Amino acid sequence: MKTLAGHRLFWPTAALILLLLGNFIASPAFFSVQLREGHLYGSLIDILRFGAPLILVALGMTLVIATGGIDLSVGSVVAISGAIACLWVSRLDDQNAIGGTLAAVGIAVALSLVLGACNGFLVSVLGVQPIVGTLILMVAGRGLAQLITDGQIITITGDAYKAIGGGFVATVPLSILIALAAFGISALVVRKSALGMLIEAVGGNPEASRLAGVASRRLIWLTYVFCGLCAGIAGLMISSNVSSADGNNAGLWIELDAILAVVIGGTRLTGGRFSFGGTVIGALLIQTLSTTVYTLGIPPETTLLFKAVVVMAVCLVQSPKFRQRFRRRRSRPAVKAVKDEKVEVPV
Amino acid sequence: MTTLTVSGRRYLPILATLALLIGAYGYGAASYDSFADPQVVLNILIDNAFLLVVAAGMTFVILSGGIDLSVGSVVALSTLVSAKLLGHGWSAPAVILVVLVIGAGLGLGMGAVIHFFELQPFVVTLAGMFLARGLCYTISTSAISITDPFFTDVAQTPILLPGGMHVSIGVVIALVVVAVGVYVLHYTRFGRTVYAVGGSEQSAMLMGLPVARTKIMVYTVSGFCSALGGLLLALYTLSGNPLHAIGMELDAIAAVVIGGTILTGGSGYLLGTVLGVTVLGMIQTLITFDGTLSSWWTRIVIGALLLLFIVLQRLVTRRTR
Repeated sequence: MKTLAGHRLFWPTAALILLLLGNFIASPAFFSVQLREGHLYGSLIDILRFGAPLILVALGMTLVIATGGIDLSVGSVVAISGAIACLWVSRLDDQNAIGGTLAAVGIAVALSLVLGACNGFLVSVLGVQPIVGTLILMVAGRGLAQLITDGQIITITGDAYKAIGGGFVATVPLSILIALAAFGISALVVRKSALGMLIEAVGGNPEASRLAGVASRRLIWLTYVFCGLCAGIAGLMISSNVSSADGNNAGLWIELDAILAVVIGGTRLTGGRFSFGGTVIGALLIQTLSTTVYTLGIPPETTLLFKAVVVMAVCLVQSPKFRQRFRRRRSRPAVKAVKDEKVEVPV
Repeated sequence: MTTLTVSGRRYLPILATLALLIGAYGYGAASYDSFADPQVVLNILIDNAFLLVVAAGMTFVILSGGIDLSVGSVVALSTLVSAKLLGHGWSAPAVILVVLVIGAGLGLGMGAVIHFFELQPFVVTLAGMFLARGLCYTISTSAISITDPFFTDVAQTPILLPGGMHVSIGVVIALVVVAVGVYVLHYTRFGRTVYAVGGSEQSAMLMGLPVARTKIMVYTVSGFCSALGGLLLALYTLSGNPLHAIGMELDAIAAVVIGGTILTGGSGYLLGTVLGVTVLGMIQTLITFDGTLSSWWTRIVIGALLLLFIVLQRLVTRRTR
């Protein structure tokens, strides 16, 4: 029990389960998953489906944060990628054409890669602080997205594009599969090669890892490109979900949710160790929180208050200083018990 | 000789901003007939008085090496609290006092958490941003208008200047805040310590400077300035709105950076921030005067300017080191 409670993912998972159980008690139909017209439906599926973009963005953010950085521009990248893809699709002669839609997706993804590379260049080559370097794209990106859509909301009718966010493959929503694939592939690449270790090394101490021969500059650059890619795909998903591109509101606040998901997942904001699994749990927790607010009939306005309290609590728990104080206050009566245990161990 | 060139370089970003400002004004005056009217410049101040106050507070934080993302939400909260309380029949001075205390209190709280638990300023103020915005929505989800006679009087009384020009009382308050800020930063111990902490917290601590008090105070100043900025915005719009000042923290940071304050702290001037705010206002005015450019160009131009100045900063700091 003790080792279980000590696991890094114990608290976020417990919180997620508690929240789900709370929902179940409030509305017993919460856990029911139905098969309607060959598609899966239900609250749980909805959480996964609408949480998919957040999971994607948070995955990218995890690597950036693991290197000790931060990417504030993901919301803007989401808006830009959705805008350019919708613009391309809306200009197709036949909006249902697979080829044209794929081209739109390709262009959006390529543009997101370029934007990520710009962030990476500022941070790794010019040495600008990550908060500030990505702030530029965050400010200018919304303007760019509106420039692409010409200030309008572009609506599209193509079924092929709608499938990205709303389609189903073998009864499962496509967006869930995309998020799952992104999680699987990135976890595999990062954890089955030395890449993950190197990223953690860079996050732990960039200078030391550089001296040890790690190409930290290139690695940091790579994480921002990856983050841009994830945000771009999430942008496609979000715009496809509503069949339109809104340069102003698409992906608004998603950077904050993504950072929150990463932090809840146990990745420290100062860089170093990271956990993809934790990030996914964190993203699901946030999405469930939003759903809970609606199912329980709590005024949605208080969601932000909730989040503020959660961020603070998680950060305080992670802060070594806070733990130290807390422990010092509790330690005096506990000292004897610890000593007794130590005696018993060799037996 | 070396000291001369070093201090010369330190002024370089500010000089660049000044050149940019003069260039933009010159371009505007040459292109549009009515642009040369000094009232255009005064209007920039009138429209951005609240931003100036908030950016002044932000300058303190950034000089100390921190960052405050909560300012926009605190501004919105201040407008909403004042509108709500005035609606309940509170007297104007009491409302102003309560709003300022709330703002300073929030800043104090965030500063204390940042210092005592050694959390990153960015995260703590992000949580503060959620908190303040969340409080806004809990107070009201829609705009509340202000009809209090004191507020409307102050808002609508122009201060006449020679030559038929005028400014609002908000501008005067903002300029007073800037003057006090300049005095505090350059002529008090607290101001020197802010620079010292921003230059190197470790050294400041070893020198026996009150680092803890200064760090907490800096966020209190920023919270106070945000609340005051909120009051000015409430005066300017005569309403409280939970949607006020979304993304304003970015404008404030942009103004400080364009004003030549180095983001890692320890170097910069409050007067530079005034220039930064004026540049932002000038861009907006130019785009309005042009008429053919859409509003989103403002964001793109501000982004491009931020990029330019941050790269410039890197070059300057790299050489001086």
